[in-house]
Amino acid sequence: MQVELRDIHKHFGKVHANAGISLDIPAGSIQGILGENGAGKSTLMKILAGALHPDSGAILLDGTSVAIHAPANAIKHGVGMLHQDPLDFPPMKVLDNFILGHEGGLFSERRSAARSLKELAAQFDFLLDPQTYVDSLTVGERQQLEILRLLWLGARVLILDEPTTGISLPQKEKLFATLKKLAAEGKTIIFVSHKLEDVEFLCNRIAVLRQGELVGVAEPPYETHRLVEMMFGREVSAGARTPAAPGETVLSLAAISLSHSRLDLRDVSLEVRTGEVIGLAGMEGSGQSILLGACAGLLHPTAGAIDFRGRNLAGRSHHAFRRSGAAYLPAARLEEGLIPGLTLTDHFILSEGLSGLFIDRRKSIRLAEERIELFDIKGRPESTVESLSGGNQQRLLLALLRSPLSLILLEHPTRGLDIESTMYVWSRLKQRCSQGAAILFISSDLDEILRYSDRLLVFFSGRVSPPLSTEEVTVEQLGRLIGGKGWERFDAEAVHA
Amino acid sequence: MTTQALLINLGGVLTSAGPIVFAATGETISERAGVINLSMNGMILLTAMGGFAAALATKNLAVGFVAGALIGAAVAAVVAFASITLKQSQVAVGFVLALLCRDLSYFLGSPIMGQTGPRLSIAPLPFLSGIPVVGTLFFRQDLMTYLSFLLIFGAWIFVFHTRPGLVLRGIGERPAAAYVRGANVNLLRYVYTIAGGAIAGLAGPIYSLSVKAGWKGTISGLDGIGWIALAITIFGGWKPLRAAFGAYLFALLQWLGLILQPALPGIPAQVLQVAPFPLMILTLLLVNFGDAEWVARTLARLPEPARRPVARLLRALHVTPPASLGTPFETE
Amino acid sequence: MRRAAWSSALFQIGGVVTALLLTTVVLIASKAPPFAAFANIILGSVGTWNNFSQVLVSWVPLLLSTAGLLITFAVGMWNIGIEGQITLGGIFTTWALRLLQTSGWNPTLIIALAIAAGVVGGALWAMLAGALKTFGGVNEIFGGLGLNFVAMAINLWLIFGPWKRPGIASMSGTVPFPQALWLPTVNPQSSLSLAAVVIAVVSILVVFALIQGTYFGLRMKAVGRNPRAAHLLGIPTWQYMMASFALCGVFAGLAGAVQVTSVYHRLIPAISSGYGYLGLMVAMLVNYQAAWAAPVALFFAAVNVGSIQLPIVLRLDSSLGGVLQDTLVLFVLLGQGFRRFFQKRTGDEQ
Repeated sequence: MQVELRDIHKHFGKVHANAGISLDIPAGSIQGILGENGAGKSTLMKILAGALHPDSGAILLDGTSVAIHAPANAIKHGVGMLHQDPLDFPPMKVLDNFILGHEGGLFSERRSAARSLKELAAQFDFLLDPQTYVDSLTVGERQQLEILRLLWLGARVLILDEPTTGISLPQKEKLFATLKKLAAEGKTIIFVSHKLEDVEFLCNRIAVLRQGELVGVAEPPYETHRLVEMMFGREVSAGARTPAAPGETVLSLAAISLSHSRLDLRDVSLEVRTGEVIGLAGMEGSGQSILLGACAGLLHPTAGAIDFRGRNLAGRSHHAFRRSGAAYLPAARLEEGLIPGLTLTDHFILSEGLSGLFIDRRKSIRLAEERIELFDIKGRPESTVESLSGGNQQRLLLALLRSPLSLILLEHPTRGLDIESTMYVWSRLKQRCSQGAAILFISSDLDEILRYSDRLLVFFSGRVSPPLSTEEVTVEQLGRLIGGKGWERFDAEAVHA
Repeated sequence: MTTQALLINLGGVLTSAGPIVFAATGETISERAGVINLSMNGMILLTAMGGFAAALATKNLAVGFVAGALIGAAVAAVVAFASITLKQSQVAVGFVLALLCRDLSYFLGSPIMGQTGPRLSIAPLPFLSGIPVVGTLFFRQDLMTYLSFLLIFGAWIFVFHTRPGLVLRGIGERPAAAYVRGANVNLLRYVYTIAGGAIAGLAGPIYSLSVKAGWKGTISGLDGIGWIALAITIFGGWKPLRAAFGAYLFALLQWLGLILQPALPGIPAQVLQVAPFPLMILTLLLVNFGDAEWVARTLARLPEPARRPVARLLRALHVTPPASLGTPFETE
Repeated sequence: MRRAAWSSALFQIGGVVTALLLTTVVLIASKAPPFAAFANIILGSVGTWNNFSQVLVSWVPLLLSTAGLLITFAVGMWNIGIEGQITLGGIFTTWALRLLQTSGWNPTLIIALAIAAGVVGGALWAMLAGALKTFGGVNEIFGGLGLNFVAMAINLWLIFGPWKRPGIASMSGTVPFPQALWLPTVNPQSSLSLAAVVIAVVSILVVFALIQGTYFGLRMKAVGRNPRAAHLLGIPTWQYMMASFALCGVFAGLAGAVQVTSVYHRLIPAISSGYGYLGLMVAMLVNYQAAWAAPVALFFAAVNVGSIQLPIVLRLDSSLGGVLQDTLVLFVLLGQGFRRFFQKRTGDEQ
């Protein structure tokens, strides 16, 4: 089935997530959609799959304009979406998951459905037992089930959102074989991914999105550097980076292994020195949050030692890390870092750890006023935190940091902030560095990573690069690593080391 | 006690468990959709009183039962509205309704207290009641007890073997996924909460028109049954068959409390009467015991021959609530 | 900001009015004269000095349990087990009195120790519910209910077993304590003890100060609203959970102790008299803030006492009082929901 997207626009408040995207996808082709976090890929796909309504623009299937108002409606038009975390029912059986949503009479015809399942599975060489529970399946198997289900319901367009995250290599090969077969049958496949190798291998054409716009469409033979250029743009951070004079080691990770939400990090070693800034780069869900959490004591390593200021804190609680001088700022500011309903003054009181029984109101308000002025927070001491804008919430989180700190861990410190707030946040953090703190931060913004880190680590599917000096890495190299290419040289170097 | 007397007694246990079966099954259905109806304790009292009043006024048993179901549905509708549309806390609204329904039942029911009303009679089934043992137990019951048997299997078949039942389970487990597959999550939540309330609404009239015939106000002995029904819903793992087992277990404990009285002179009769209540609720300790981190750690340290049966027992008892229980659902 | 306060007040008043309307409907449906009923409740509570002192007697345990519940609500917990905690308070107080009544010690000392014992009893029972929640993963609602039933069973066992009256065990409880061990009352006929009233008022003030004015209270609120963020801010969440249960148990135990020493002078099966559940209602009605707890509790106590003579005067069941109280809470709750519902609607349009 041919799919055409015409001038799709979608706003979320002030953010122009999709800015006039037009794309023509012929039937029987595998269309790749490439872009970094926040480029607008998932928004576009959600619109096609009926989960979102576009502000303007049209969707045409086989030349006819259609209005898709709900996900269930989409499949009736033949459009099916496979989510990164498949929307299935883990506590229920494979067969039940297969049947649920399929229309029919009062009694679900389990036997004929089971037969259909087996037949479809055999076509693609999937091994799925109708009686197993979905929560015991791997991600790859859950994907296979969902693909079969969508096909059974008559999907002629399959949208796959980051399908190769968290599946094994044999499963990936099977998936690719399946997709090629489906395309040969005339089905249209839309493959959304950040993994360059996969996209280059599989797709007939690749559309690259950046900041809500369709930057270009590439055809084979693909040139990786062109793709990277389109994905990340050409802005290379000019100067503005004051290299640190790193001091002694404050945090040392010795061959730690971590396992969390289907990602395994193995054998990661890192030495962090005072005054240094280390950036953790990579697409979301590649393992950076896991490593950062381990450095904060929020996740416990299954192997290895974490030495923080001379003490092995592996396995200890977050409070132990905190007492030793670490601080963790989560990305979800309001959901995880701040307490809705409490005022700014309240937060300052809590973070200061003031002693005594009764709250000294005057002292607290003065403290709050000082900090608000110091950090230029647009809010009053008695305002509740949820009334602050994102930028001001981040300033508040920074203002809540105690002094002195040895290690500051930040998850996406400038996400959703405007330029001014971003620069402010970094000026504050740099100040901390000069006072001796070490900083580890996660960011999807390559510019930020290159501009502020002294060293950086790249994450891809749970693999962690050795620390790279920012001065020696180019945007293009970084882009390739993030997309999964060029990792072989680390193995080679490890052999030599 | 002779075998025959024992069988008759056990048959009585099945009868007295009937209302609890209705209550727990109704609540299981409501919670499967993701809505807790905490008003159960008051609702049973209100439907008992209301059903009795209706039957008394019309001299018609059927009207009494229908009235109970309607009252149950109405109360459930309030819970549904408050939690699905107004998105208030299900616990808060349910708890207030539990007290309100109880007070309403005492207030509105005081004029009819102590009166004798129609009573459901035993209807032995023609051929089946003659079968030894089984016949005495199962087939010398009244209509509503027969209905309770059918309800257990009917609910089980519906939840696990029909298409709408599959969607029901999906809504409770992962409303977002059910929505994507075309289910109108909030509408169905209304339907199943109210249906569950209607089914549970039959429990009260069974008491006032059969098991504990009449309306006796505060000394009716019904206060507390609703909490038990809620606990049994959890104990039953949100499965109709297992919930029924819990209901029968509770009724059995109550019966044991009664007949063990002469055998245990040291324990006051009142204590034996109350004892089944805490016992049933404390079973909840077992059903999630394996979850606690310290338990998992201690279990891992046990020697193997001790560890395996304990682990198996914990796993058999373990229940997982429908994942979306208590949380409102919003589409983007 | 002011507009929000106005609209909130509007919906609350609307809730109250609807509750009164519904209660009137209920009265009409049972062929009872509505105005006479309401008038009777008012008269029965504040009509005579005697009645009003009874209201105060009822106010004390209600205010105490509300005070305790505000603490557990601060950490986001539904402490339904409060009824059992009041009962255990009464049990421990009775035990202490029985133990010391023949010791010859100063009666004031005995009473003080007995009240202290009640506090310990309530706190221990509450910590049990807290432990079930924190370490056993048992939802505090069902853990509390279970412990309520256990407390009831223990109470009945004591009254009909080891502590029973010589001769025949009776539903009227244990042997009454000698007058010397009664908490002094304003006059011989009334059960109103000024000491008890002072304890209750001081308690609500303490709770208010604790939640609003101490670092401990602020940390509790943080744990209640966002445990994850509280954890990241360095607050040991499970310790605060347990502490809040223990503190609630202190006040519940006080309520039980007051019931034994000043109202009943013995242990009775219904020692908690539903004050726990009623306290939950009051807490919900005041939106979990201590500021209005005392007057609202007084109002609820007045309705309680005022409806006692309904059966005698109007031949209406006294649970009409309960109906009034419950509909009030229900409709104020629903009113809050409506307000948010309409706010969202207009917010979307903006």
